[in-house]
Amino acid sequence: MDSRLLHDLKSLLGPRGVLHQSEDLLLYEYDGSVDVGRPDCVVFPRTATEVVEIVRLASRHKIPLVGRGTGTGLSGGAIARHGGIIVSFSRMNRIVEVDADNQRATVEPGVVNADLSVAVEHLGLHFAPDPSSQKACTIGGNVSENSGGPHTLAYGVTTNHVLSLEIVLPSAERVRLGSAALDPPGYDLAGLFVGSEGTFGLVTEITVKLTRLPEAVKTLLAIFDSVDDATETVAEITARGITPAACEMLDGWTIRAVEDYVHAGFPLDCAAILLIDVDGLREMVELEAKDVADVCGLHHAREVRVARDARERDLLWKGRKNAFGAAGRLSPSYYTQDGVIPRTRLPATLRRIGEISRKYGLQIGNVFHAGDGNLHPIILFDQRNEQQFRDTIRAGDEIIEFCIQMGGSITGEHGVGMEKDRLMPLVFSEADLGLMRRVRDVFNPEGLLNPGKILPTSKGCGEIYVRPRPTMAAPSA
Amino acid sequence: MSLSGASVLSRSAAIAGNSNVTTDPAQIAAHEVDLKRPAAVVRPGSSEEVVELARFASQEKLAIVATGAQTKLGIGMPPRQYDLALEMTRMDRIVAYDPGDLTLSVEPGITLRKIASVLAEHRQFLPLGAAFGGRPTAGGTVASGVDSPMRHMYGTARDFVLGMEFVTGDGVEAKSGGRVVKNVTGYDIHKLMIGSLGTLGIITRINFRTFPQPQTARTCVATFRGSTGACELRRRIAHSALRPQSLEILGASADCAPELGRSAALSLEAGRWSVVATFAGDARVIDRNHRDMETLAQAADHKSLESFGELCDADSENATRYVADFASLILQYRPAAAIFKISALPGDLAGLAAGISSIEIGWAAMMRGLGVTYLGLLPPDDSERSFQLLQRVCSQVFTLAEKAPWGPSVLLWCPPKLKSEIDIWGAHRRDYPLMQKLKGVFDPSGILSPGRYVGGL
Repeated sequence: MDSRLLHDLKSLLGPRGVLHQSEDLLLYEYDGSVDVGRPDCVVFPRTATEVVEIVRLASRHKIPLVGRGTGTGLSGGAIARHGGIIVSFSRMNRIVEVDADNQRATVEPGVVNADLSVAVEHLGLHFAPDPSSQKACTIGGNVSENSGGPHTLAYGVTTNHVLSLEIVLPSAERVRLGSAALDPPGYDLAGLFVGSEGTFGLVTEITVKLTRLPEAVKTLLAIFDSVDDATETVAEITARGITPAACEMLDGWTIRAVEDYVHAGFPLDCAAILLIDVDGLREMVELEAKDVADVCGLHHAREVRVARDARERDLLWKGRKNAFGAAGRLSPSYYTQDGVIPRTRLPATLRRIGEISRKYGLQIGNVFHAGDGNLHPIILFDQRNEQQFRDTIRAGDEIIEFCIQMGGSITGEHGVGMEKDRLMPLVFSEADLGLMRRVRDVFNPEGLLNPGKILPTSKGCGEIYVRPRPTMAAPSA
Repeated sequence: MSLSGASVLSRSAAIAGNSNVTTDPAQIAAHEVDLKRPAAVVRPGSSEEVVELARFASQEKLAIVATGAQTKLGIGMPPRQYDLALEMTRMDRIVAYDPGDLTLSVEPGITLRKIASVLAEHRQFLPLGAAFGGRPTAGGTVASGVDSPMRHMYGTARDFVLGMEFVTGDGVEAKSGGRVVKNVTGYDIHKLMIGSLGTLGIITRINFRTFPQPQTARTCVATFRGSTGACELRRRIAHSALRPQSLEILGASADCAPELGRSAALSLEAGRWSVVATFAGDARVIDRNHRDMETLAQAADHKSLESFGELCDADSENATRYVADFASLILQYRPAAAIFKISALPGDLAGLAAGISSIEIGWAAMMRGLGVTYLGLLPPDDSERSFQLLQRVCSQVFTLAEKAPWGPSVLLWCPPKLKSEIDIWGAHRRDYPLMQKLKGVFDPSGILSPGRYVGGL
């Protein structure tokens, strides 16, 4: 890396504000996904003004910039695919303002998702998007990836909760998009920006909606002896117009893996469980819990348990949120997909995943946001076994292709990043991708921000796609 | 327009078919935008035809305004140039409806009434907006960005449009998003189409998430003397466990209240502000909401609380129509009215209400619980003097909106004459240069509703 640039960055941020020794950079080669890429340096700004200066320097040297929160992403969004400067927002982690009256908060991008909810809990409020990594992931990262989570079924994903953003463009201009008030006049640039995976600008401030904590919550655990019964239950809950706050499914293999690890009290001999939250007014919770239990019963649930208190509820959810960690204990490596299907196709899709598992002789666990139709099949493999590794990738592709055939999508919440850019042509035409490229160029004309993400590299430039090497580190989603 | 009128017609007819191109004066008049009229009205029957028409228009520099039921053409500025009205009502199919998945994919020309009737068979609905008696189309409603009282619970199109297909100004058909309820594949370009008055693309398909229809809904009204108690009640509801489907605060000036109240079959009285809340769901849930709201109303300000009660079915229907159809009711009542949309923060509504009460012209206000406020200014008659007064008050409102501050404000509807005197889009924004560049990407020859949107976009 250019020594003058390094010198300028150090004099801007101080010697502790820049990492560039290769042993320091090692940690920043990864995020939570299966991909790897080495940055030239990592910088730690404390203020938006410093971000502006970093962008000015990078742009002068035509060196890529990649924003990063805590690196929990699952599609390589925060990986410096083509090198350059990683801008870590870990020092920009102040909650700037909590406006309880208007139920809004303004935060710096490095604020950890769960920290905001904790900070406003005494006001009876929370930040609704709840990725499973919420104790570690940052709100800036959530904005870039448009993150989801179990409770986004009823509350909506990140984009539904973001009102306004301050961003720094590659031209080093600071611009505010959207407004704290609803419906500001003009194109919805804040709506466009959320989910742009760091390719439009670096976010320096975010204004979000805060949501009232529900008066009552009930968590139900429905236990099934067949996967079909469980998926059909989900389809019918949806079709009946019941909207639980969350509706998660774990299959038998995952249950046993989790139980061994977390001891959440899941039965070891069943084929699937559904973990369902209903929340809201006490009266409504009573009614919905009964409706949900009735549907489970109709579809031959062996048993429906209701968590008696917050402790039991937390334990059940701990089981769900640690499912991926449990998989990591059982297999040298695993590969997780993030496809989405219409919820009416859940039974067929789970059957298809079963067939693919048998076809390749690979163990595939299923733990996912059933209520949204957002699948997370976990394919276990040993990367030392080359044949198994190739089969794993093929099995993953077959699952995604089936999702698309069902009218679904290739990613529900993990993002495209550098993991699925090659799959974009399965969903979008050349014209669609061309327009997306031109929209990106409005913000990021020289491609300095997070290059090599979302949009597939155009044909003919000679880049041969090297499939990422799946590894075992992958926090849950 | 460089082509002769005759060749515009023949080329359009070659694309959409003879019977779908008209210069009939009544049709032309129906597509008038603020006194500007198109040379012809074309009704494309497919997205392929829209692509061809856009290519043709872009080559020949013909300006296009896409329309649905023509109910909201008064929103925005008149087009700088206007050659073809693209009336989308032939494209009115339901492309896919998966009731079990609660997703719906439609062509833009389908009416909201038709959507409502199809969804009702499965006890579902689309909370998109109920203005103009269900006549508007899905495409027109989304493109004009109007909201619905039900946004209090369900959000706006921004929250439940899952994806779109559209044709850009250079005739490229593109899409973004998808048909499933959760999706982060690619940029959310469709968000730009919402509320942008057709200046970026002609919508050819919209994918929605639908919602289960609640069993019943009932409306409660708390009326206060003065606005303070009403705004305090809103605050208390927002900080309670109650989840109304809609929540509005209504007021009107002394000279308008009685007559407007009569025409809307609502009891509007001068100096009185009413909080109108609709609760939906099971009867027991509604009862609980009702009880709590009464307690909150007492606590908000029992001294100025004049009445609290649940509306009977007929009154409830009228109230629901008033809050859903506010703008069109005001315009029916007084066609020369001006209607502001003020994006206030909920906490600023009390100050806004106080400001509104001192306006020196007839007014009617509807403040949504989430802050978005519609303010109708009603000049006494069609005279020049009244117009001068209206213009002066509109300038005052813009000044107050910026100084108070009330929040970003636009003059949503007003007499065409006023639009040449006042910038209806309000204060300029820092992100405007980005919007300008985006316009250049989507509409390089500037033929899509040119000049209709913010800052002449």
